Amino acid sequence: MTLDLVMAGVIAFGVMMYVLLDGFDLGVGILFPLAGDEAERDRMMNSLAPIWDGNETWLVLGGAVLFGAFPKAFGMLTSAFYLPLMLMLAGLVFRGVAFEYRFKFDDPRWWNRAFFGGSLLAAACQGLVLGAYVQGVGADEQFDWLAPFPAFTAVAVVIAYALLGACWVVLKTDGPQAETMRRRGRRLLLASLACVAIVSLWTPLMSADIATRWFAWPNLAYLAPIPMATALTAWLTWRGLGRNGHDALPLAAGMGLFMLTLLGLAISLWPWIVPRSLTVFDAGAQPESQQFIAVGIALILPVILAYTAHNYWVFRGKVSADSGYH
Amino acid sequence: MEITALLLSRIQFGLTIGFHILFPTLTIGLALLLIAHEGLWLATKRAIYRESCRFWARIFAVNFGMGVVSGVVLSYEIGTNFAAFSEATGNVLGPLFSYEVLTAFFLEAGFLGIMLFGWDRVPRWLHFFSTVMVGIGTLISAFWILAANSWMHTPAGFSMQDGVFFVEDWWAIVFNPSFPYRYAHMICASLLTTAFVAAGVGAWHVLNHKQAEFGRMTLRLAVLTAALLAPLQILLGDLHGLNTLEHQPMKVAAMEGHWNTDTGVPLLLFAIPDQAAETNHFEIGIPEITSLILTHDLDGEVKGLTEVPPEDRPPVAPVFWAFRVMVGIGVLFLLLAWSGVVQLLRGRLYDGAGLNRHLLRGLILASPLGFVAVIAGWLVTEIGRQPWVVYGLMRTADSGSATVTAAEVATSLSLFSIIYSVLLVVFVFVVLRMMRTAVGTGPQPSDNTAAAQGQPA
Ligand code: HDD
Ligand code: HEM
Ligand code: HEM
Repeated sequence: MTLDLVMAGVIAFGVMMYVLLDGFDLGVGILFPLAGDEAERDRMMNSLAPIWDGNETWLVLGGAVLFGAFPKAFGMLTSAFYLPLMLMLAGLVFRGVAFEYRFKFDDPRWWNRAFFGGSLLAAACQGLVLGAYVQGVGADEQFDWLAPFPAFTAVAVVIAYALLGACWVVLKTDGPQAETMRRRGRRLLLASLACVAIVSLWTPLMSADIATRWFAWPNLAYLAPIPMATALTAWLTWRGLGRNGHDALPLAAGMGLFMLTLLGLAISLWPWIVPRSLTVFDAGAQPESQQFIAVGIALILPVILAYTAHNYWVFRGKVSADSGYH
Repeated sequence: MEITALLLSRIQFGLTIGFHILFPTLTIGLALLLIAHEGLWLATKRAIYRESCRFWARIFAVNFGMGVVSGVVLSYEIGTNFAAFSEATGNVLGPLFSYEVLTAFFLEAGFLGIMLFGWDRVPRWLHFFSTVMVGIGTLISAFWILAANSWMHTPAGFSMQDGVFFVEDWWAIVFNPSFPYRYAHMICASLLTTAFVAAGVGAWHVLNHKQAEFGRMTLRLAVLTAALLAPLQILLGDLHGLNTLEHQPMKVAAMEGHWNTDTGVPLLLFAIPDQAAETNHFEIGIPEITSLILTHDLDGEVKGLTEVPPEDRPPVAPVFWAFRVMVGIGVLFLLLAWSGVVQLLRGRLYDGAGLNRHLLRGLILASPLGFVAVIAGWLVTEIGRQPWVVYGLMRTADSGSATVTAAEVATSLSLFSIIYSVLLVVFVFVVLRMMRTAVGTGPQPSDNTAAAQGQPA
């Protein structure tokens, strides 16, 4: 019971880390074709080269812990989302190999396309899966990912990842490249906020449970700080993205915005792990297995966070077009 | 055979994991090679070691990238395609996978950046430390994944209720009976494969008179390593086989193409197994040797495939042939490596006049064979355990995802077949080009001439 909660928390943390880190990583890929020239693209890629593998590893952690702590949910969910997940994996393959091959061919165009297309495909499929997940299991006992709501969340996730990507580029580059990204970032921020608003209206309309969760008294009062904090982080992101604004603020505030959105989703969905079909308490592995994982997490995760932070620290600062793979 | 989602899933899993394993095999070996050369460089300050690190690190980077992207696919496939399997084994295997991510994948990812791009950003000791961490990460990763795989072959430390496995004893699960053998044999396979890749590269550089110093150093080191590892691998393989005989006798019977329980069993060099007729055609064998190898007695009794009903037997022909390919390559490796040592001692391996061109060409041709042996070995292991996915307890036929359709799997299978074929061609093209680049006259660590040539550092 308590272990189920701990494990659900660990998975939520893993998903959050994944979305924040691979979010900007995929976002940079989505923005790739918009870069002014190859030198700008070199810079974008080099800013990611030393860290992308670690970012993606959070996805593997999420999958592995879900497998270990909630095997039923792992089997059910992954097989229910078969095609979107396979397409997502194919997208990740394309963008991942582009890091290596782009600098090894005289003509980088094909690998530019692979990097862009792979990132876009992966992000869109994640959005599709997210939407179908929130929508829950339908009357036919199957997830329906070919429906308007998942299609909308696919677009929303692409836009939101692009926003994080823009904030990352602002942090890691300077001059005209950074300034252009600030302008783009502001537009992406507006689009992302519109998406958040639409999802926030759509989900309670879709499900009476979610509507009661948010709007019944006294929940409304307890949960009110969340939209308020969302507004605040949105404003900070907007400020940070202004001309000659702050370098790191946009990314930090943008990530804050993401965390609040994820928190909102978690509140809507609690306690389902397979929405409207299996709760966190019905899907758990045997306690011995959850315990074993919990011990590993408690001992090892802090160390992982420390050396991951160290890695980011070593590669801090603005990138130049010829650092990294050259 | 009817085309079911399960059948396609099995083909897809075999294809994607067969693709994946090519890269870890080289990753594990190259990581240790890089540790050795960076250590030698720090200790001796000889530029050749530094250049060697730069040379292999580029190849390592490409190879590692391929390993990562193909590995991520596998970790999800276990759920997408084998939902029933993952629900049944999640208690046991899930934590092992979780530990692999926590102790190995993050470690590799966390230090890889510094290892590849950090030369000018961190002190030398920290760079070396990062290289060592990446190397240890690859060994830990192999530890957990092979523990999981071995448990499926020789399950231990569990109980079963309603078709679901429950954990009784973690130690017994991780250190299950076949695990130490499989781990040792697989790590040795990685090192041996890498040694032959390096020997081929060294031989090519010597033969083409390019950068003779790098070529000689690489060749010497690789041949000596291979000469130690080749007999070790045969020994480990023999021990592994005896362990398999104890726990999976039908797999060994398939490897030997041995149908009827008998004494004084011959070692078959050639045969065409016939599953339906329960016999072989065109047998050529050496009398009593299989009995000798397996029971250490010329007259020992060896169980045959007909001990179990036909539906419990693995497909014999692929196991039989894959085993011969692997062992053949093992023996060839031994001959090549020791000929190399003999020539080295006679001063003829790479020295001007007495240069042994045939041997060097042989080493170049043999350099991809390690990968062939690794794939063959895994085919023996995995096909030989059929029809079981968890040996003796859960059938492969019961392991698939109920909700996934054949059309869906056909789609993803076609997609991955195309992507992986293209990527394999690109990989071979890029790596062969990198292997031919000159070493030694190149740029020093911090200047950027390499970038001007369109080559990565
Ligand atoms: C003998 C070793 C071995 C074997 C049998 C496997 N792997 Fe592997 N795997 C590695 C050795 C390895 C490695 C050496 O650790 C890799 C290869 C290159 C690399 O980047 O790490 C790796 C990478 C790798 C990654 C990417 C990690 C990252 O994000 O950095 C994943 C998710 C997997 N593997 C998963 C699997 C699964 C699910 C397997 C079997 C079903 C499997 N591997 C078989
Ligand atoms: C890395 C080297 C490996 C290779 C090349 C390999 C290859 C294969 C092949 C060819 C099959 C198909 C056998 C058949 O259906 O006749 C198979 C089956 C299977 N393997 Fe492995 N395997 C490897 C390692 C692993 C590991 C480490 C695991 C998991 C921990 C694993 C899990 C499975 C499962 C679940 C099946 C059953 C599904 C099936 O029968 O197709 N394998 N493997
Ligand atoms: C000539 C000597 C060799 C012998 C007697 C031998 C023996 C064996 C046996 C009996 C197995 C099956 C174990 C089982 O599934 O229960 C096996 C598997 C395997 N072999 Fe070999 N082998 C030899 C050489 C090699 C070489 C040269 C390589 C690669 C360079 C290699 C790589 C593998 C791999 C990757 C596997 C699958 C993983 C495993 O089960 O360990 N082997 N070997």
